[in-house]
Amino acid sequence: MSRTPATVCAVSLGGGLGAAARYAAARLWPVAPGGFPWTTMAVNIIGCLAMGALTIVLTEVWPARPLARPFLATGVLGGFTTFSTYVVDSHSLLGDGRAAAGLACTVLTPLAALAAAWSGARAARLLLPGREWARA
Amino acid sequence: MTWLLVITGGMIGAPLRYLLDRTVQRWNDGVFPWGTFTVNVLGCLVLGLLTGVTEGGAAPSHVQLLLGTGLTGALTTYSTFSYETLRLAESGARLLAAANVAASVVAGFTAAYLGAGLAQALRG
Repeated sequence: MSRTPATVCAVSLGGGLGAAARYAAARLWPVAPGGFPWTTMAVNIIGCLAMGALTIVLTEVWPARPLARPFLATGVLGGFTTFSTYVVDSHSLLGDGRAAAGLACTVLTPLAALAAAWSGARAARLLLPGREWARA
Repeated sequence: MTWLLVITGGMIGAPLRYLLDRTVQRWNDGVFPWGTFTVNVLGCLVLGLLTGVTEGGAAPSHVQLLLGTGLTGALTTYSTFSYETLRLAESGARLLAAANVAASVVAGFTAAYLGAGLAQALRG
């Protein structure tokens, strides 16, 4: 990935799209103030699943498309998923005395996200036919 | 209008993450993903501050949409964080992978807490 203006523009466009998709999810499935942040959790898990699959596709299928990774991975999925909202929401739950919910959000999100990224990569490797997965 | 604020914030936050990550990674010669760690912790500090200010009624909701949902939402990332952790684990550096998760969460919480405290101090 070279640091060209085209790369930065691709990341920016993707970031705008990803953030808009996350906002759409937040409007479609709003969480009441003080409620468990299911929507952010789902957004992050789905984004990680897609990232796992996308990384395989980018490496094995589209290695010669230099703007695909900055646009789709760094931009769209990077902008769609969020670490700050996960932390601040978990922090608020714990601060409001909802210790079990806060702890569940804090611990389950990274576990589910890692499982999702792994599953996404695994599924992409299984579904892409006729390729050698020496590095798998 | 709300969409425009979120998209504008996202279009600023994502390239900011990319450039900050690149800058940090240029100094980092180890395998630990310090670049993503840095942007995520920085984003938690800013969102903690912003949430603290908003709760006090000092920041209107359009500022929250632009800087919270849009900018810090896109500045921070869960997908790259997960992917880099997974890559560390798959390369055999399982301890570093676990350390990345633990350190990111602890530093993120600390930063959000400091941000909220700063907001309280600013409100007086």
